[in-house]
This record gives sequence, C-alpha cells and structure tokens, in this order.
Amino acid sequence: MKLAKLIEFLRDRLKTVIWISCAVLALVVVLDAIPAVVDKEHAHTAAEHWPGFWAVFGFVGCVLIIILSKWYGHLGIMTREDYYEDEPAAAPKERNHE
Amino acid sequence: MNSFWLHPSLILILGALALPLVPARLKRGYLLLIPILLFARILTMGYSTSGTVHFLDWTLVFGRVDALSSVFGYIMSLMCILGTLYGLHVKDDAQHIASWFYVAGSIGCIYAGDFLTLFLFWELMAFSSVFLIWFRGRRESLGAGYRYLLVHIAGGVVLLGGIVLHCNAPGHDWSFNLMDVQHPTPAMYLIMAGFILNAAVPPLHAWLPDAYGEATFNGSVFLCAFTTKTAVYALCRGLAGMEILVPLGVIMALYGVVYAVLENDCRRLLAYHIISQVGYMVAGAGLGTQMAINGACAHAFAHILYKGLLFMGCGAVLHMTGQSKFTELGGLWKKMPWTFVFTLIGGLSISAFPLFSGFVSKSMIVSAGFEEHKYWVGFLLLLASAGTFLHTGLKVPYFIWFGKNKPKQETWDRAAEPPWNMNAAMIVASVLCIFIGCYTPYLYKMLPYPDLAAEYHPYTSYHVFETLQILLFTGLGFFLLLKKLVPDPTISLDMDWFYRKGGRAFLWLARKPIQAADTFIGELYRVAGLVPLMLSARVAGMFDNEVIDGMVDGLAESIRGIGRRLRFAQRGQMQQSLAFAFAVAAILIIAFLWYSKALAR
Repeated sequence: MKLAKLIEFLRDRLKTVIWISCAVLALVVVLDAIPAVVDKEHAHTAAEHWPGFWAVFGFVGCVLIIILSKWYGHLGIMTREDYYEDEPAAAPKERNHE
Repeated sequence: MNSFWLHPSLILILGALALPLVPARLKRGYLLLIPILLFARILTMGYSTSGTVHFLDWTLVFGRVDALSSVFGYIMSLMCILGTLYGLHVKDDAQHIASWFYVAGSIGCIYAGDFLTLFLFWELMAFSSVFLIWFRGRRESLGAGYRYLLVHIAGGVVLLGGIVLHCNAPGHDWSFNLMDVQHPTPAMYLIMAGFILNAAVPPLHAWLPDAYGEATFNGSVFLCAFTTKTAVYALCRGLAGMEILVPLGVIMALYGVVYAVLENDCRRLLAYHIISQVGYMVAGAGLGTQMAINGACAHAFAHILYKGLLFMGCGAVLHMTGQSKFTELGGLWKKMPWTFVFTLIGGLSISAFPLFSGFVSKSMIVSAGFEEHKYWVGFLLLLASAGTFLHTGLKVPYFIWFGKNKPKQETWDRAAEPPWNMNAAMIVASVLCIFIGCYTPYLYKMLPYPDLAAEYHPYTSYHVFETLQILLFTGLGFFLLLKKLVPDPTISLDMDWFYRKGGRAFLWLARKPIQAADTFIGELYRVAGLVPLMLSARVAGMFDNEVIDGMVDGLAESIRGIGRRLRFAQRGQMQQSLAFAFAVAAILIIAFLWYSKALAR
C-alpha cells in the first residue's frame, strides 16, 4: 500500500519532519507580525494587535486545558473501569454484531 | 388535508416497514434507494406550508418548509444516505429499520409546524434510536439503552408539560414559532429544558457519552447526527435570542473539552466533543442575531458531516478490531492507513483548519459573539477550539494509529481496512468536508439569511493567521506534554453518577426500609384486624351466600374473558411493554386535553 509507505518514509525521517514543523510555526508567527501580510484592522480588542498573541493564546490554552483537566480528573473523577459493575447482573443472551 | 403532500418521513417509514419483504439479492440496492428517494423528495420541496391536518380541536402542520427547516432537512437526509451506505453490509434488517425510523422522527420534527407534531416525532426519535444501542448486544449496552430511554422519557414529559402550559395560556396557540424570549415564562423554561436535554447541555448531558459509546458501530454514526442537531433546530426556531443559552453554550463547549482529556474510549471522547461542538450552536442560538443563527445552522450542517466521518473512522476501528479504547490500540497506521486519513480529515474539519468545513462555519458564531461585544464568548469559544484540535485532531489519530502502545496480537491480526461500503461513505463525507471548506457559497446559499452570509468572508488574512497560530501552537503543546496525555484505563464519573448510583439507593430503599415497614404494617393488620374481621366476616358470609354469589359469578366470567385477551397482548418483553405503556399514556394525555378543552367551552 502506497499510503503506508509514505507514512513510513516520514517516520524514518522524524527529525527532519520536526524541524520543518518548527520552521512552519516560526514562519506563521513572523508573517502574522508583518502588517503588509496580515491586516489587523478588524481585530476586536487591543491585545490582538500584539505580535504572536494568538500563538501564545493557543499554546497557553492547550497547556492549561491539559493541566487543569488532569488535576480535575485526579480529584476522584477518574476511577476504575468496573466502578459501576457491582450491579445485580442480569446477563442477557449475547447478540454481538461486531 | 388540503391537497396530497408526501411527507419525507413517510418515505422512510414505509420503506423501513417494507424492508423485511425485499429479497436478499435486491436488499443493498433497496437500502440505498430509499434514502436517495428521501433526499430527492426534500430537494423538490418548495417553501410552503403543507400537510395540514385537522384532528379533533387541533390543526396539525406536518410540512412547514422554509429556509430554516430546509437546511436541516437537506443535511439530515444526506446523512441518512451516508449512514446507510456505511452500514450497508449489516445483515440485520432490524438495525436499518430502527435507524430509518429514527431519521424519520428527526425529519418530522424539522418540518413540524405545531408543537403536537413536534412532540410526536420527538418521541419517535427517542423510541427508535434506543434500539441502535440495544442492538450492540452487550450487557453494558442494555443498561446504557435503558438509561438513555429513561432520561429521554423524562425530558419528553418536561417538554410536554411546557408545551401544554404554554399553548393553553391566553393568547397562544399550538403553532411552533419563535416565542417571546424577552419575557420568558415558566412554561418556556420547561420547553427549553426539554430541548436542551436533547442538545445535551450540562447538567442534562450525561446520557450522550453513555449511550453513544455503547451503540453499534454504525448506530453511533446515526446517533451523533440527529438528536442533538434536531434540538439545535428547535432552539433556533423557538428560542433564538434567549439570553441564558449563551453562557450555557459556552460552558458546554468547555465542559466537553475537559472530559475529553480524561477519556480513554475513542467513541466516548468523540461524544464529549459533540457536547463541545453543540455548545457553539447553542451559544449561537442564544445570541440570536441573524449572523449567529446563520452560524448555528452552518455549524450544524458541517458538524453532521465531520462528526459522522469521525464516528465512521472510529467505528471502522471498532468494527475491524473489536476495540475502541486507546489503551488497547496503537500503531495501526500500517494496517488501516486510509481510515487514518479519513479520520484525520474529520479531525481537521472539527478543529476548523482553513480549507476544511469547520473553518467556514464555526467562525460565524465566534464573530457573532465578538460583534455583539461579548468578548468573553469569543475568547472562550476559541479556547474550546484549541481543545478540540488537541483531542479530535491530535489525540484520537495519534493514540489509535501511532503512539507507543502495542495492541494485543489478536487485535493486531484482526485489524485491516474496512469493507468497501464503509470506505465509500468515509470518502464521500471527506470530500464534502473539504468541499464545504473550499467553496463557501455551497453552504452559505442554503442558510436562513443567505444575503448576510454572502457578505461574510471567512478567508481574510487575519482570520487565517489567527486560526493557524491557535491550532499549530496547540499542536506544539500536545507534543510537548505528550507524556501527560497518555490515556489511563479508567472511566470518568459524570452526571450520570447521580442516577446510576441514585437508582441503586432507590432500590436499596425499596428492599430494606420500605419492605420492613410493609411487613410491620402487615403484621399490625393481622393482629389488630383479625378479631373484628372474623366477626364481620361471619355477617358478610351470610350476605355473600345469598346476594353476591350470583353477581360475582357473572363478573368472574367476564374478567376471565378479558384476561384471556390480555394474555395475548402481554408479550412479556420489557421493551414492548414500555413502548405500549407510553403509547397508552400519550393517548390518555391527548384525550384528557381534548376533554378539558371541550369542558372549558
């Protein structure tokens, strides 16, 4: 299968892929800061005019989501998989379509 | 009925009823034909109000076709084709019948012009969709199905209560139109509660991941499209501009994201992201401006396609490997690379990447928030979209198709690309997701306010760079914190805890204290009641011998006759009895309404 070959090709050159991705990230931030490329006239708040504002927003948002959610989960929300299972078992006949 | 008007749902219902009679070799063609006929019927319906039926005191309107209902009808019938194509190889007729009835219910709600018709189809949806969960056949799915049904029955009763109060108030009739959202009455809050239960707004949302994670592999493809989006339609139609929906929508958008971090089952994760995405639409309905309603409809349209695609991708993994948990999967890119690509397209669409469908729909709602100067709405919804990319665009593909985890040998051996029909459905959905993202007039022309939509341009340099920065840097965060995101084999407690554990507390109450009290009272009766009873019995005995016997004999004979008939009606199946009981209740309520109305005159 050709597609699997392509994925394998990219995986073999993981370092290069990572470098290219980092270069794209940098490029996006730099282009965003050039007024000739990105017209910020329609921005709604002052903060949006700061260069790289949305990059920081995305990164910090992502980190906050992960850390706060994990913290919340470890308060006792995440629990063992058979938590609900000591119910009175009335096993129906198996009818598996999978 | 003024003239014959073919209700689109009728095509599906009759088609479903005739399905068992179709010979096996024609079945596949037939399965595709009926949804295509439905789609064709919906395309040919011009804007009008038809299908008006006078029933008792009411005027039932089955066919209100206007801009708002057309866009929903269009996408739902399209999704019916895709969903049926996806499950085309399923041999069990009952599954197709259940899903078609379910779609028929949903389309019936969309075109309903009055509250009673809406309610009728609303319940049809609940009662047919539950079978898509039960048919999975696991013990867990049986329980999940019952919980789903009970929650929806409760929601239906609340909705009906609201409808009855609202429509019987002076100055109101039964037609289903925009209500006076500036002055909400208790009845409107009840109606809203019924609607937002189906839209899965926290705290009324726990049924959704519970049920959608447990349904059959193709059942979830149907489920993810219809119930919540019908509710979005109902909110746009009846409660657009209701202030409280804005904060509720924003909370939803973030709530789903938080739970998606914790989730280990890929289909439950997608289910939490339905909550998150429907949050945008609920917020849009709450904002209520023309731009926001356009956005809510556009997003519902795009969402049905990309969420269907995502459930198809994860459903294909489940169907082929028997697994849906991240901890049981990994490294599947070698075995199912095309499924990976399709799922990734779904992931990029839901994350609103430029050139994908979410980009041109989600941004309308965010812009509407900013334009109303509700900056917090805009910023929080953008935060939620970072979370969306984090999970659906990155976590799902990464931990199924890559990741360090090695699945069991048995899972690995089973894994392969799915049958052609599943691939075909995924290809069509993928193409549509990209097409909508690239060629905006296709979607924008269908929206309720097409002129306004034509003036909206999502592809400004600012918007593209804003989105790219948010999403790409979310990706950076994902790979830097990858270790923290490795899924654990756990489940997460949600609002369903209250009724799952609460139900058990109720059973305990019934078993222990209530039974003890019952025994005690029984004993009391025996001691205190026995002596006087014996006395009176002797008197009664004489009376009985003379007078009653004759009457009783006749009565007993007739009761035996009724019992004989009832024995055939009672089939001993809990599901059937429930449906039967509900039908009787519905008839009683309607009879009562009619009677009370007749009395009032």
